[in-house]
Amino acid sequence: MNDMRRLERDVDTSDIKISAKGVQVYYGDNHAIKDVDVSIADKTVTAFIGPSGCGKSTFLRCINRMNDTIDVARVEGDIRIDGEDIYDKAVDPVQLRAKVGMVFQKPNPFPKSIYDNVAYGPKIHGLAQNKAGLDEIVEKSLRRAALWDEAKDRLNEPGTGLSGGQQQRLCIARAVATEPEILLMDEPCSALDPIATAQVEELIDELRQSYSVVIVTHSMQQAARVSQKTAFFHLGNLVEYGQTGDIFTNPQDPRTESYITGRIG
Amino acid sequence: MTDATVTQPAAPGGAPKKTSLLKLDQRTRRRNAAEKRFKIYGMIAVGIGLVFLVALLSAIIVNGTNAFTQTFVTMNVTLNEDVLDKNGNRNPADIKKVSTFGYAPLINSALENKVESLGIETLLEDGGDMRAIMSASAAAQLRDYVLGNPDQIGETIEFRFLASSRVDGYLKGRVTRESIARDRNISSAHLLLIDDLKELGVVERVFNWGFITGTDASEARPEQAGIGASMIGSFFMMLVVLCLSLPIGVAASIYLEEFAPQNRFTDIIEVNISNLAAVPSIVFGILGLAAFIQFAHLPQSAPLVGGLVLTLMTLPTIIISTRASLKSVPQSIRDAALGVGASKMQSVFHHVLPLAMPGILTGTIIGLAQALGETAPLLLIGMVGFIASEYPNGIQEGFLDPNSAMPAQIFEWAKRADPAYYERAWGGIIILLLFLMTMNLIAILLRRRFERRW
Repeated sequence: MNDMRRLERDVDTSDIKISAKGVQVYYGDNHAIKDVDVSIADKTVTAFIGPSGCGKSTFLRCINRMNDTIDVARVEGDIRIDGEDIYDKAVDPVQLRAKVGMVFQKPNPFPKSIYDNVAYGPKIHGLAQNKAGLDEIVEKSLRRAALWDEAKDRLNEPGTGLSGGQQQRLCIARAVATEPEILLMDEPCSALDPIATAQVEELIDELRQSYSVVIVTHSMQQAARVSQKTAFFHLGNLVEYGQTGDIFTNPQDPRTESYITGRIG
Repeated sequence: MTDATVTQPAAPGGAPKKTSLLKLDQRTRRRNAAEKRFKIYGMIAVGIGLVFLVALLSAIIVNGTNAFTQTFVTMNVTLNEDVLDKNGNRNPADIKKVSTFGYAPLINSALENKVESLGIETLLEDGGDMRAIMSASAAAQLRDYVLGNPDQIGETIEFRFLASSRVDGYLKGRVTRESIARDRNISSAHLLLIDDLKELGVVERVFNWGFITGTDASEARPEQAGIGASMIGSFFMMLVVLCLSLPIGVAASIYLEEFAPQNRFTDIIEVNISNLAAVPSIVFGILGLAAFIQFAHLPQSAPLVGGLVLTLMTLPTIIISTRASLKSVPQSIRDAALGVGASKMQSVFHHVLPLAMPGILTGTIIGLAQALGETAPLLLIGMVGFIASEYPNGIQEGFLDPNSAMPAQIFEWAKRADPAYYERAWGGIIILLLFLMTMNLIAILLRRRFERRW
């Protein structure tokens, strides 16, 4: 299976979706992200790896401006999506987040029915003209998240009643229902068992057809399995960024090498 | 984060001591003893609390239940045309000219007839003497009936009148032959008469709806007093409190909790809200007197003003409990909503608020219950001491006309001299407690109903 993936990795990555230049993030006095430059390609899975507290989640949350919700967080530098500065004064973070979906570490479905969970985003963004259109979006999203077969008979049951893996796939369905262009995933499998993890990983690989997927992960194996490009963060610095195969087989930086061989982290 | 240096535990000094698991060592025994002692202290504390609770409840029930029964005298009254309508043309204006004094002779003769027809021997000379067993309200009751049914003049009709509070007290054991030795209102001859009448079923003690639905009476007629009017006063007050404190409190809490920036100014506001919750209620009373009555010239003793004052008092409670329940909604729900592109307000109103609802409702009802029982602020705006002898005539009067409130009414009764009022104060407490229990029950049910897990 790994060999197949490796072949797929040689995709055209010239199409830059997200470009970040000189990004600094401060939490009060704590300098969490130090001068990060990175370009993330469209229709690829990009993995952020690194030890706990290295800033990879923080950087991820800059891309959809979720850091705005933290009072003490301050972001400097330049992040562009399709060439547009997302920290421009004219940008409404709400509109941005409709374009940049996010899946969180812990499955966090709304305490509502499965249907309402998926339909919520399209509803508030007015993506469906009527009930039938909404039904269609819900079905399509659940299918994309590989949850349709399990959930189609229980759409009116609470989303919180699903198992952990199903909940996480429900959250993915909820994120894709708003038809984002970028999907951010913050350690989406850390609360899941190996089987659910495998399902979600398979899903991520499929989502790559339509989205630019950025995934933060603690598991280097996962990064190796699902991503085409990998960025290694350490103590707030982006240490190394490149093709996943290169990072894992031929790291340029000694810190990257120590991390992937298990000496730090 | 970097190369972890593992510190080795110090090498054990010598071989480990062999101990048996079946034998408790000194430390374990002492620890267990301390735990047992603590459990005993706890049980003693709970026991003391329970004893007080039982004492309180039984005192209330023993003292208060008597207020729910009342002694009545049943007799036939001839509505004498010569007295009530001299012209005989049933002109309402003419009939109205006869004051309650004019009705007294009718009652006197009715009483005399009743005693005579039953063949009871009494030391009392005539109906005028006997009338001490009747409530002063009997004449008014008769007059109201005649004004309402002028066509009945000339007929003989059976009436049930309130007995005087002394007679009522005698049947309840509050008034005895010794205690009336220096009472000019009633003599032992009256009590003998009552004994006879009671045996014949003319005088009887029955459940008194008048206590629940009635209005307050003057100091001399405790038998007539009821808590109904002040219940209405409390109702209008609670309406004001609910309509103002719930939206204001919830809006303030949502703003402070979800939108306000964290800075020195909001910190000061937060500290002050917490402090306000601990301010004695009488302080709110004097604030209400100054602001609403002396400055804004709202009417004195009006439930509107009472409600405004109690709103001020309840707001901190509601804000604190609402903020606590907003805080208890997990951040992940907010993140989830923001993550799919909901605005801050959508995330609050679609997701956070429904989850916080049980807590908010519970806090609100607890706040309302507290306001319902509050007496001190009402002292200062003139709701205590006002004799709520009439029901308000409509919604507007309900808010603006002077009225009393349940706790104020209880306080008023408790300070009146007649022991009959003391009994009514206890009865009022029972009704107040029933209201509070109902509200708490509603709070529990709402919490159960709306509670959702995440």
